[in-house]
Amino acid sequence: MREGSRKAVGVETIGMTMRFGAFTALGDVSIKVPAGSFHALLGENGAGKSTLVKCMMGFYHPTSGDILVDGREVAVASPRDASALGLGMVYQHFTLVPSLTGAENLVISREKVPGIIDWRKERADLAVFMERMPFKLPLDVKVAELAAGEKQKLEIVKQLYLGRSFLVLDEPTSVLTPGEAQEVLGLVRDMTKAGDLTVLMISHKFHEVTAFADDVSVLRKGKLTGTGRVADLDHKTMAAMMIGDQPIAALDSRATPKPDAETVLKVRSLKAPDRTGLKSISIDDLGVRSGEIVGIAGISGNGQKEFLEVLAGQRPRNAGDVLVRGSAYGATRAEARALNVRLIPEEPLKNACAPKMTVAENISFRTFDVDGNGKPVSWISTSAIRAFSARLVEQFKVKTASLSSPIASLSGGNVQRAVLARELTGEVDLLIVSNPCFGLDFSAVAEIRARIMKARNAGAAVLLLSEDLDELLELSDRIFVMSDGALVYETPIARASVQTIGEHMAGHY
Amino acid sequence: MTDTTSSAEAPAILGARAYPAALEWIARRAEAFVIPLAALVVGMVLFSLFILAVGKSPVLLYETMWRGGFGSWFSVQNSLSRAAPLLLAALCVALPARLGLVVIGGEGAIVLGGVGAAAIGVALSGAPSFIVILAMGVAGMAAGGIWIGAVGALRHYRAVNETISSLLMAYIAIALMNQLVEGPLRDPASLNKPSTQPLADIYRIGNIPGMDVHWGLVAGVVACIVSWVLIEKTRWGFAARIAGGNVRAAQVQGLAVGPLIVGFTALAGGFAGLAGMLEVAAVQGSANASLAAGYGYTGILVAFLARHNPLAIIPVAILLGGIDASGGLIQRRMDLPDATVLVLQGMLFIVILFSETLYGRFKAFNPDLWQRAS
Repeated sequence: MREGSRKAVGVETIGMTMRFGAFTALGDVSIKVPAGSFHALLGENGAGKSTLVKCMMGFYHPTSGDILVDGREVAVASPRDASALGLGMVYQHFTLVPSLTGAENLVISREKVPGIIDWRKERADLAVFMERMPFKLPLDVKVAELAAGEKQKLEIVKQLYLGRSFLVLDEPTSVLTPGEAQEVLGLVRDMTKAGDLTVLMISHKFHEVTAFADDVSVLRKGKLTGTGRVADLDHKTMAAMMIGDQPIAALDSRATPKPDAETVLKVRSLKAPDRTGLKSISIDDLGVRSGEIVGIAGISGNGQKEFLEVLAGQRPRNAGDVLVRGSAYGATRAEARALNVRLIPEEPLKNACAPKMTVAENISFRTFDVDGNGKPVSWISTSAIRAFSARLVEQFKVKTASLSSPIASLSGGNVQRAVLARELTGEVDLLIVSNPCFGLDFSAVAEIRARIMKARNAGAAVLLLSEDLDELLELSDRIFVMSDGALVYETPIARASVQTIGEHMAGHY
Repeated sequence: MTDTTSSAEAPAILGARAYPAALEWIARRAEAFVIPLAALVVGMVLFSLFILAVGKSPVLLYETMWRGGFGSWFSVQNSLSRAAPLLLAALCVALPARLGLVVIGGEGAIVLGGVGAAAIGVALSGAPSFIVILAMGVAGMAAGGIWIGAVGALRHYRAVNETISSLLMAYIAIALMNQLVEGPLRDPASLNKPSTQPLADIYRIGNIPGMDVHWGLVAGVVACIVSWVLIEKTRWGFAARIAGGNVRAAQVQGLAVGPLIVGFTALAGGFAGLAGMLEVAAVQGSANASLAAGYGYTGILVAFLARHNPLAIIPVAILLGGIDASGGLIQRRMDLPDATVLVLQGMLFIVILFSETLYGRFKAFNPDLWQRAS
């Protein structure tokens, strides 16, 4: 089972349909992934990609439809069945145990582990197994000490070790640097070319699809909207298949920044402990001027979150200054209000909303305690809150069944729209945003980026922390790279190169 | 930005609304009525099985319970008297719960509130009764407020689990009371049951005219209404709801979460302390071990049944007061121990906790699911 020597299998779905109550998540989807091919699955959030692969992996039981493995109809009633057929999945987020070594992770992942493990024998077996793998990995190091790219390789190796020869990769590069992504996908493609592996990759990055995949299938609203050889399709055609004819918000053209623009945010020799308390983040000197977007790139976990928390007043700092318009800023409500500072953390439902409170209430978080003239009030008015939020809901096109719906019932894009409505209304001098488009669909992404650009053009100083390099390249005027808690590189957008930024992200300097 | 105020329900954005707003309003609120009510019924059915198992008739039991709790003017007054401290004890759970804290040590605040009130009452002996009763109320609230406020402060500033610390502090409070009433505050005349000196009659709180129920009931109802207004209608209440809904969102908004938590827990403890003061001034006449009568724990059940809504606490406390009041009658008529009602309370609590997992699951109560189907 675990020798990993099985030849690649081909998988086909026929008329796959999945209904949840009256809602059709997947309607009559047939895709064919021949043995030894690299197939990309494109689609927006909620298009049915994960429903489709969950049906293939036995997590869901489709309402109707069949699965063929190597041309034979099979029943996949559980993940265990899928595994017996050689079907495996690598998730977007790591599933390894950080405190164990690679070798330990591999051995304990087996379905049947002996009560007492003969580690000497296992190690010898693993060495033989790794001989045949294109991936070179240190298996005696704790997973926590591996780089993201190595962890992702280990996840793939784990699937191969478990004898799987058809792999679903769910956005495998979302946590990798461009260099790491290139390497991992390249190795995977070599294995498919050699006929050892079949891959179905969920992605939303067109350039990855073009560079590595043989075929592509596109889903929209649960339907297959297109399929074909990647070589025959350009990005524009694929985008059209993905989003249909819905309008995409155009980015405001970038207004030329004034040379004498005021520096709104100034961070000087800031030091703060990171979440482990073992390391610290230190920002020597960062300034953001009015009318510019300063992007901060970096792989997740290099101190961006901590930096944001310091700016939000959620994390104490050991030393240094945060100045807004020259005055010390401690992120109290009064200071934020007086200096027109807005902060939008990532994953807004988790970090910026009270999920069970209503849409109207959530939209009023910033203003419920003041009257129209900014004077504090003791009594809140439900009708004023409703009227205010109704206006913003309309202005920012928040789709909600009602103003009294709990905000958790909205889709991710609409939660983000509601938060933007709350934070971008009124005068904004400093806007701090973190991963604003994470997990959102195409049209929401375009619209939200357009809003940020609009705020910049209106004179706001914008600090944008993002793990999405494409987003930073699209929006920023200057880009910093954050690595190991410090800003290690700065480039104006005109001279920015993905290559150089990627190397700095990986800490290769 | 200014011209769209009137389009509160703009259909273009909100989607074609297939149902009238009034229906939505009712549906969203009905859930909080129907689920606890159903849980109550399920709990009573389960308890019937228990009664059957000991060979008694559940029908007779519930009939007796009704007669003992609400069957006569006498029993109604008895139930209302018991409801008075439950109202305040339940607020001690409900107010912190709105901030996301589970405080279960209201008993400690009741006990200390009683001792504090008794000590002040004795110390001020001779002053006008109006002044003494007011001072006793303030002392009781202060003692309870400091006690539970400390729980909130430990939670926010030192990350000490508030559930555990409030429970443990209740034990400390009871031990402290015993130490005080058996030591420095003891009335030498109290032989069998160590107590503080009895309050003079003019310092006792009397009954509501025409009823055999003391004024504590009114105090409790007023406290519930004040709490509701605080939570629903003031900016502090709104801020507390944000912090309770998601403390990170509250911090990002720059809300002063620490003072909110300490303030709300202190107020909650103050209400429990007031319950202790009322026990002393209206019922016992002095502070003694009877203060730890378990109201603080029944209050937890009341608050959860009321879903931490201060207005809902009023009927629930009266209901639980009735169940409590019927214990004696059940003992006499059915030859069951009076702890039988505690078994019922325990079962209800388990079912109530389970029913918390049902919210948002029923389409009838969730207008957000109505549209998807159509």
